Amino acid sequence: MDLLNALVALANFVLIPALAYGSQLALGALGVTLIYAVLRFSNFAHGDTMAIGTMVTILATWALQSLGVSLGPLPTALLAIPFGIAGAAVLLLLTDRVVYRFYRAQKAKPVILVIVSMGVMFIYNGMTRFIIGPDDQSFADGERFLISARDFKAWSGLDEGLALKSTQAITVVTAIIVVAIVFWFLTHTRTGKSMRAYSDNEDLALLSGISPETVVRVTWIIVAALAVVAGTLYGLDKSYKPFTYFQLLLPIFASAIVGGIGSPVGAIAGGFVIAFSEVLFTYAWKKVLGYLLPETLQPDGLVQLLSTDYKFAVSFVILIIVLLFRPTGLFRGKSV
Amino acid sequence: MKKWLLASAASLLATGAVTAEDARIGVILGFTGPIESLTPGMAASAELALSEVNDSGAFLTGITLVPERADSTCIDAAAATAAAERLVTTDGVLAIMGADCSGVTGAVLSNVAVPNGVPMISPSATSPALSGAEDNGLFFRTAPSDARQGEVLAQILIERDIGSVAVTYTNNDYGKGFADSFEAAYAELGGEITLTSPHEDGKGDYSAEIGALASAGGDVLVVLGYSDQGGKGMIQAALDTGAFDTFAMGDGMYSDALLADLGGDIDGSFGSVPWAEGEGAEAFSALASKAGFTAESSYTRESYDAAALIALAMMKGAEASSAAVAANVLDVANAPGEPILPGELGKALKIIAEGGEIDYVGATDVELGDSGEAAGSYRYYEITDGAFSTVSFK
Repeated sequence: MDLLNALVALANFVLIPALAYGSQLALGALGVTLIYAVLRFSNFAHGDTMAIGTMVTILATWALQSLGVSLGPLPTALLAIPFGIAGAAVLLLLTDRVVYRFYRAQKAKPVILVIVSMGVMFIYNGMTRFIIGPDDQSFADGERFLISARDFKAWSGLDEGLALKSTQAITVVTAIIVVAIVFWFLTHTRTGKSMRAYSDNEDLALLSGISPETVVRVTWIIVAALAVVAGTLYGLDKSYKPFTYFQLLLPIFASAIVGGIGSPVGAIAGGFVIAFSEVLFTYAWKKVLGYLLPETLQPDGLVQLLSTDYKFAVSFVILIIVLLFRPTGLFRGKSV
Repeated sequence: MKKWLLASAASLLATGAVTAEDARIGVILGFTGPIESLTPGMAASAELALSEVNDSGAFLTGITLVPERADSTCIDAAAATAAAERLVTTDGVLAIMGADCSGVTGAVLSNVAVPNGVPMISPSATSPALSGAEDNGLFFRTAPSDARQGEVLAQILIERDIGSVAVTYTNNDYGKGFADSFEAAYAELGGEITLTSPHEDGKGDYSAEIGALASAGGDVLVVLGYSDQGGKGMIQAALDTGAFDTFAMGDGMYSDALLADLGGDIDGSFGSVPWAEGEGAEAFSALASKAGFTAESSYTRESYDAAALIALAMMKGAEASSAAVAANVLDVANAPGEPILPGELGKALKIIAEGGEIDYVGATDVELGDSGEAAGSYRYYEITDGAFSTVSFK
C-alpha cells in the first residue's frame, strides 16, 4: 500500500507533468532543429510563430464554437488546428519571400540571419498583441480531466491522488503521432529525402537537381505545422498568453542544443531531458520517502536536492556539460 | 542666409511658446511585459484625472496637462530607466505618474527622478524596501506598502485557525518583500511555514514548484503572485494535481479573470486586497464607466489618485514645476481641508485658487504618511459561489 502511495505521488507530481511538458518542448525543438538543419540558422522567431499560429487556431476555435461545432469530450481546438497551420504557413512563407530569401541570395552568415530572425520575432510579437491582445485567453473546452485526484482517491482508497488531465493525454498522443508523421516524411518521401540531402550537403544536392526553393518552402510548412501543434497543445494544457510563448524560447533552444541541433531525434530527446531534469532535481522527496522508509528512518527535512529557484539553472548546467563534453549534442547534430 | 536664420529663430520662439503652455506628466507603466494586461486601465485612469483637470478650466492659467506615456516593462530596470530618462530629458516631464512594479520603480527613482529632481507618485509599487529608499522627498505612493499587507494576511490566517501553510511568491521585489513581511508576521502569531518557494512569471509549467510544495504540505497554499501570471499558473497546477484545495491570496491575485477561469474550483479560498470603500470608490467607478473603461481592475483607483495629486500639488504651488509637486503633495493629500472625491477636481482647483485648503480623498481614501506613503485599508474577501464576497475590512 505504501509502495503504491509512493508511486502514485511520484507519478502525479513528477512523471505525468514532465511527460506532457517534455512533449510540448520536443515539438517546439523539432521545429527549431529543422530550420537549423535546412536553412542553417537559429530561428529566434519560433516562439512567436507558435504564439501567432495558436492565435489563428484560437480565433478559428471561437468561430467553430459560435457555430455550435464541438468534439464532445475533446477540445474543439483540435478541429481548428488546420486553420492555424494554414495561417502560420502563409505567414512564414511570406516572411521567407520578403525577408529571408534576400539574405539567402546574399549568402549571408548564419549570425546575420539570427539577428534578422530576432527582428521578425518582434514583428510577430507585435502582430499577436495587436490582433488578440496581451491578455490570457482561454479556449479549452470539453472534459478537463480523464482522472481527477479526488475521484482517484475515492476509487483506489489510497491516500495520494492521481490526476490525469485530458489535455495532458492529448498532448502526449498528438506529439507521438506528429513526430511519427514527420519522421516518416523525412525518411520515406522524395521531398523528405531531398530535404535531408540538402541539409547534409547543399552544393551536392543542387548538383543532383534538387530545387532549393521547394525544399525551403516545404521546410517552412512543416515548421508551421509543428509550431502550431506545439503552441496549441501548450495553450490547451496551460493557458494562452503571448508573453509565455516568448519565454518558452529558452527551454526550446536548450532542448534542441542538448539533443544536438539539426538532429530531429535529438530534439525530441532533448525536450524530455530538459523537462524531466527541471522537475526531478528540484522535487522534494519527503513525501515519497515517507511512504517508502520505515518510521524510524523517515526524514524531517524536505529531502530536496535543489530549491525550485534553481529549476532553470539545472537545464543550463546540463546544456553547459553537454556542450563541453559533446559539442554536437547527445545525438550528434551540427556543431554550434 | 540671414532670412533663413531669422525664420528658424522665429519658429523656435513659436514652438517655445507652445510648449510653455503644455505641462507634461510622465505616465510610466509596463505596457509590455508581465503586467501588460493591467496597465491599459491604469494609464486610462491617470489620463482621465488629467483630462478632468484640463476640462475644468480652473487649472493654472493657460497651462494644459499633457500625459506622455513610456514603457517600464515591469521587469527590465535598464529599459525603464532609459524610458524615464527620455521622458525627463527629451520630453521635459515635470512629474512622473509611475512606475508600476517595485523593482523598476526603485531603479527609475534612484537613476532618473532623484538626479533630475523630478517627483514620482507610484500607483502600484508596494515593496516595503521602497520605504527606506533615498528619495530626497521626491517619492510618493498611493498604494500601501506590503509590510502592512503581510501582517493583514497573517492575521486573517490566524483568525481562521490555520496553523500551517506553504508559501509561494512571484520572484521579484514585490513578491519577495511581501513574502518576507508575511513570514515574519505569521511566525510571530505562532503559525508554521512548511516551505517558501518562489515562482517565475510568464512560464507555463509550474509542476516542479507544486511538486515541492505538495511534499512539504500545509493546510493552505499562500499565493503572493499575479493573477494573470505565475500566481494563476501555480493555483491551476495545484488544483490539477490535487495538491491544495484552498488558497490564501495577496493583492496581485485579485481579479475577475481569475474567477472567470477558475471560478467554482477555488470556492472557499480567501485573501486580502487594498480596498477603498464608500463614496470615493463609487464616484470613480461611475467616472470610469462614463469614460468607457472599467474601474474593476487592479490599481486603476490608485492611478487616478496619483495623477490627480500631481495636478492638485501644482495648483497649490501656483506653478507647473517639479518643485511645486514635490513640496505640496502631502499638503493637498492630507487633512485639514475640504474633502475631495473623484470628479470634484474642478471644485478642488477653485478652492485652492481662492486660497482654501483641500483634503484629497480620491478613489482610495488617500492619506499619505510622513514618508509619502498611503496607509491603506484592506478588504478581506472570500470566494463563495464563484464570486468575491467581503468578510470584513482591516
